[in-house]
This record gives sequence, C-alpha cells and structure tokens, in this order.
Amino acid sequence: MVTRLSNFRGAALAARWRIALVGGAGVLLAAAAVSGCSSSSAAATNASSDLSGQTITLYNAQHEQTTDAMIAAFTQDTGIKVRTVDDDEDVLTAQIEQEGSRSPADVFYTENTNWLQQLADRGMLAKIDANTLADVPAADSAADGDWAGVSARVSVIVYNPAKISAAQLPTSILDMANPKYKGEFEIAPSETDFWPLIASVDKAKGNAATLAWLKGLKANASDDNVPDNETLTSDVSQGVTDFAVINHYYYYRLQASVAGGTGSAKLAYFAPQDPGYVEAISGAAVLKSSKHQAAAQEFVNFLTSEAGQEVLESGVSFEYPLKPGVAANPKLPPLSSYHPNSFSPADLGTGEIAKELLQEAGLI
Amino acid sequence: MASAVLPHARAHRRWLRRQAIVLVGAAIAVVLLAPLLLLALDANSAGWPELSQVLFRQRSLMLLTNTVVLAVLVLLFATVIGVGAAWATERCALPARRAWTVLLVLPVAMPDFVVGWAWHSIAPLMNPLLGATLVMTLGTYPLVYLPVAAALRRADPAMEDTSRSLGKGAIATFARVSLPLISRAVVGGGVLVVLTVISEYGAFEVLRYQTFTTEIFNEFGFEPSAAGALSVPLVLFGLLALAVEGVTVSRGGRPRSAPPRRPALARWRPGTGPIVAGLLALAGLGVGVPVGTLCYWIAQSRETTLPAAATLGQATWATVTYSAWGALLAVAAALPVALMTLRRRSRVRAIIERSTFVTQAVPGVVIALSLVFFTTRYAFGLYQTSISLVIAYAIMHFPLALVCVNASVAQAPAQLADVGVSLGRHPALVFLRVTLPLLAPGLLAGFCLVFLTAITELTATLILAPIGVQTLATQFWAFQSEVANGAAAPYALVIVAIAVLPGALLGLWFDREARQPIASSA
Repeated sequence: MVTRLSNFRGAALAARWRIALVGGAGVLLAAAAVSGCSSSSAAATNASSDLSGQTITLYNAQHEQTTDAMIAAFTQDTGIKVRTVDDDEDVLTAQIEQEGSRSPADVFYTENTNWLQQLADRGMLAKIDANTLADVPAADSAADGDWAGVSARVSVIVYNPAKISAAQLPTSILDMANPKYKGEFEIAPSETDFWPLIASVDKAKGNAATLAWLKGLKANASDDNVPDNETLTSDVSQGVTDFAVINHYYYYRLQASVAGGTGSAKLAYFAPQDPGYVEAISGAAVLKSSKHQAAAQEFVNFLTSEAGQEVLESGVSFEYPLKPGVAANPKLPPLSSYHPNSFSPADLGTGEIAKELLQEAGLI
Repeated sequence: MASAVLPHARAHRRWLRRQAIVLVGAAIAVVLLAPLLLLALDANSAGWPELSQVLFRQRSLMLLTNTVVLAVLVLLFATVIGVGAAWATERCALPARRAWTVLLVLPVAMPDFVVGWAWHSIAPLMNPLLGATLVMTLGTYPLVYLPVAAALRRADPAMEDTSRSLGKGAIATFARVSLPLISRAVVGGGVLVVLTVISEYGAFEVLRYQTFTTEIFNEFGFEPSAAGALSVPLVLFGLLALAVEGVTVSRGGRPRSAPPRRPALARWRPGTGPIVAGLLALAGLGVGVPVGTLCYWIAQSRETTLPAAATLGQATWATVTYSAWGALLAVAAALPVALMTLRRRSRVRAIIERSTFVTQAVPGVVIALSLVFFTTRYAFGLYQTSISLVIAYAIMHFPLALVCVNASVAQAPAQLADVGVSLGRHPALVFLRVTLPLLAPGLLAGFCLVFLTAITELTATLILAPIGVQTLATQFWAFQSEVANGAAAPYALVIVAIAVLPGALLGLWFDREARQPIASSA
C-alpha cells in the first residue's frame, strides 16, 4: 500500500504546483516550456517527440519507489513530464469516480486490477494501444483492452521460525480457519492485496464456504485489524505474531530497506494450486476523460516496454516483469518456480465479491 | 451631538451599521454550519437502503461500543489528571510554577498520531484499548488542565482557607468548596476531551483501535457513500456532547471572581516532592517518550534512509503556509463574531455566536469529506487546491479562535471606543487605533492556537492536500505506514519543533489572562 508517498521528484513537482497556485497558470506553462527539452532516445517513438514538454497527471497506487523510477526513465526517454497523486488504490478509485469526467488524472496505475476493472465497467477508461497490449501475456491484461498488466506478485506465507516451524505451517489458506491456528497469525482486511485471495477462495469453494472461512480467520487472528502488508511483515519479523499471508515482495522490500529488517523471518508457500496461492497482477489504464490521450498512452506503453520492465529488474520494487525476456530482480526466485493456481485477473473482475464477503464477515 | 440635520437618516444609518455586523456574523455562521448541511445532502443522495445497510449491522455496534468506551475512559483519566495538575500548580505553591504551567500544556504540541506511533513502536503488543486510552489521555488532559487552572486562579482562595480554618480536611474542602467553583471549567474541558477522542484517526490507526472515525476513513476508500452514512452517528454523538455542556452552562451560575491575589510564595513542604515527581512523570510520558522515540529512530537509521533536506524543507514550507493561512482565516472570521456581542447582546446575536461553536462537534474527517463533496459537485475549480484545505482548517478550528478573541473582547471595555468616537475620530480609525490593539493579545493567542492545531492535523490534510503536495504530517504518515520509521521520524520532529513555541506561548497567555480581573461579566 502506498499512502501519499513522494520523494524528491514528487516534491519538486509539488513546488512547481505551488508556484502555479501562487502565480497563476502562466508560470506553470512557462516552467513547462523552459524545462521541456526533448531527448531523442531510440526508445522514443515518433509521436513522443511531439508530446515532449507535455505534463500528464498520474494517479499512483503502486509503491512510489517503483513508480518514481519508472517516471524518471520515462521522462528522460520522451520529454513528457509526470506529476503524481499518491494514495491507496481504493481511495484513488473513489476519487476518480467522484471527479467523473473532470478528473485531472490521465493515467491510473494500481497494485491490483480489480480497481481498474471497476472503472472500466463504468465506462471511464480508454482502450489501451494494441502495441502496448502485445508486450505482455494476453491473460494479464483486460480481455477488451481497457487496461494493461504491468507486473506480477505472488502470495506467500511469511513466518517467524522462532515461533513456528515450517512443518507446522498450514498447507492451504483454508486451514487458517482451523482452531489449531488460533492466535498464531494476523490479517490485514483493509489491505487491498488481500482481496484477490478472497476472490480466489470464493471461486474455488463458493460464497458460503468463503464466508465461513473468513469468520474463522476473524476468530483465529490474534489481530484482525492490521493496517497493511508492510505491518504484517514487520510484525512477523519482530515476533509479534507467528505468521501471515502477504505478497512476496513485501518481504524482499523490508529486507532491502532496513538492515536486518526481516530478522529471522522466512518465506513459505501453500501447496501447489492452493486457492491461497495466487499470482496477482498490477496494471495501468488511461482515463477516457484525459486531455492528453497520446502522452498517457505513451506512458502505459513505456511501463510494458523493455525499458520500463527493466526498471523492475534493477530497482527495489521486487515485482516480476510481465514482458517475456525481461528478467526479475536477481534476489528473487524465478517466477516459474512458483506454483500458483489458475486464478486470473479475469476471474478477479471488480473484486466486488471480496468486498461483500469482508463486509458480511464484519472484517471491514 | 446636537446636530439636528436629518436625525432620521442618521439614526437609520446607525441602525444599518449596527445590523451589518449581525449580517456578517450570520454569514460566517452559515459557512461554518455548511458541512452539516452537505453531510445531510450526501447521506440523502446515498439513500436510505445504503444508510441502513451500513449502519445497522453488528460491526456498527462494535464501533459504537469502542468509541463510547474509549471516550468514557479518556474523559475519566484526563479529568482526574487535568484537575490534579491544576490543583498542583495553583494551590500547592510549587517552585518554578510558571515552568510547570508551560510544561503541562506542551503535550498539546505533540500530534496524537505521533504519540500513538511512538508508543506502538515501543510496545507493539500493547492492548489497543489500553494504548488508545494512554495516548489520548496524555494528549487531552491539557484541555481540562487549562480551563480548570484558570478557574482556580480566579476563584478566591480565601473561601478554601475559611473552610480549612473551620476544621474541614483538605479533601472535604476540595469537594465542598473548590469543586463547585471549577465544575463549569471541568465540564467544558471534558466536552473538548470527548470531541477530540471521537475525531481522532491517526493514533487509532497506528494502535489498531477501531472507532467510527477510523471506519469512516477506511470506508471513504472503497465506499464513499458509506462514509457519509457513518458520519451521521458520529456527528450526532458530538452534538450530544455539546448539548451536555450547553445544559450545564445554562444551569450553573458564574462563580464569583475574587480580586486577584499574588500566587503564594513557593516553598518546599513534605508533599511537594511527590507532587513534583508526579508532574515530571506526566511531562515525561507526554513529551519525553515521543520525542525520545523520534530521536532514537533518527539515530538508528542509516544516513541514506533519512529524507533529503530539500524534501523536508518543502514539506515544512507547505505545512507552515497552509496552517498560517488557516489560522489567519479563522481569526479573521472570529473577529466579527466576537465584536457582534461586544457592544450589544440580543437573542439573535447570542444564537449566532453559539451556533458557531457547533463545528466543534463535527470531526475533521466529516468537514474534509463535505468539502470534497461540495467542490466536486459545485466548485470544481477549488477541488484539490490549497484553498479548500485552508478553508477546512479555518472551519475546523474556528471555535478555538473565537474562544481566544472572546476572552480579549471581554477585557476591552466598549466605552474606550465610545470615547474615541466622541473625540471626533472616524469609527473605522477608532477600530484600528483603539479596539484592535486591545484585542491583539486574543487575536495572537487565537492565531497561535489554530496554527498549532493545524500543524498537528492529519485527517483532513490527508484527504484535502493538493495534488503532489506533501505536508509534514502526510509525509510522516506515508513513511510510517511503510514501516520506514527512520525516514518518518524527522518529519514528526519538525512538527514538534514548530509547534513547541506557540504551545509555550499559549501556556503563558492563559496564565496571564486568568490573572487579570474580568472587566465585564461577558
């Protein structure tokens, strides 16, 4: 989850935005014109050289480190500048819906695809260029081209060997509702990364069983109100709880950002094809209301291009690139070594069922 | 004064002038109450099925219980500590009394979400209710301490001395003599405590304690209409607390104020040691622990994980600018409302003035959401601009500004302005040269108080901050939610550093203000 994160780049844009507020739009235009020198990189297409100097607005729900590395490379390639609004994907989706056709957002980049699908169902997204969609496996993007998949994440168990042995861990996510795990794990129901898991269990077992399972989780969890996966990971690492289910990269990110941050915590996996063993896709879309359609398409195109996907390889996001031929971060096991079930973004849809079940179970 | 030219027209003009301020006051009251109207519109547009679906379920009962239990516990502890501390500084002849006064008020400068985060990072396994009670008690007891200390200062200690000399013990004297004198201040402070508790978001999110406000904040993400629905009981709860105050205030008479006495000379007695130790512990828990934790995390982090000076500077600039404009706007709006009741009292004026206090009962999250609702529907040009954030600050903190300006107005005899006018000066000039300087301390105190509260504000800032802008609070929040404590800590430390000065000034202002005799019985 990203919560209004920005770094130097974002702050620089912020400064410009403030100048615009004080001095009027003229200053902004002048600043854009002065600093908008184009660079003719090989990756830049013909279209982008005309777009150089434009500024697009990105609503970003992806981790800001990932996004900012992407933006830096993109701006260098195309001369198109990007200002970001960082927040959680659920908040930004609500915001875009509320803003309607006047939304300042040109591109929306999320951690999970159900939010994009929700906007697609309301007819708020433009079709993604065909050459962008051709970059990544068809199953990882919307069937009708409303949004494009960008990266993949896999659900895993993070556990603290000092508190529970690998052999004692559940082999299925459904076992976590078993009373024998009472008080041994935490869950983060408002973490949107939890939703694909619920939808996957629902697809495999049906509504009633999933609801019973969620109620079991609520009864068993030592804390059923952890704010996000970052906190789950750090709680397991500190021995606050025995284990938790997260997406793989939270573990690697904590390891990279804090020396000894994960302590003795380790990763484990559910049995192959378990309903809780899910590959979830992060994606991006262009808003239909965008007044910078060409530049926005260019940005999404960059995310799936070789140059964009290589940012995933070299950076600290620890998500898996989707474009065939681009390797993952060398610290990660290869994507092919996992055995997730067949649950796909198409199965996830808008994730409405996950929300309803969570509400019914009283978890949100 | 004997001019006979058109006496009718002059009277008419005077009447207009007199009523103009009522109109201005009424307009301000309408703006302040607009969030309630917008909330009603929002809830109405969601429709009854949506409302009832969100409100009438098991979870709402849990949230209601959590909110009420916490509010009661914090009210209890904050009252005991606040009254005890006021007793200690006002009646125990402590050495360095003024330093204690400032030290006891300083927790106001500590953002609750930072204190919550500090305690959570020290004891991640702490029970959420315990943690929330601890953090909110430490954050809110000054709200009881300040008015009670002021009331004790105004109350004539001779009455207590008489009771003691008649053979009553210290406890009996406190219960029979002092308590009635400070009861109004206790109720007023207690209501503020409850309103603060029900509006808090950040501290509870960190401590994992769920209340209506945390739920509204989370629902805003995936179900904005539900957020509107959940706001209704929260606002009702706030209005209920405010009504309690209204009832007690109208019942209780004003305690007779005594001619001010110099505070008793400091002297060490057997009881002084434990009292000083207790106050030190209080300041240590409320100020020492969070500041110590912040320093610890900065020292712990490698240099590369700390934020760049430039980002820190920009966030500081954004925070200071927005807070200052918000404070300025709040004070500017409070001035006409206070002046409205300076010269003349009438039912209409009193109603207008009282109604502006109702915003106290509306939590920041509700005001912020109502502004989002308003700007997206009716004023898109203001949407996601710094203007809407500044307006939110001004609306949220207006009562704080008004309390301070009112206190000064009560001490500025209206006759002084009359003298100025009778000496032939234009009323506008008299206002600038006489009335405004008299009100200056109250205006400054109001500015400080609103500025301080706005700097430490998180909830509304998260919702309303303009595109791409990070304030100290939002940046701290973002980093801490990624468990990047070392990166987060400097932002919180800057907040505290900025807030300490106005916080200390306020402590001194209240100290000074309560020592002066009240000119009129306003």
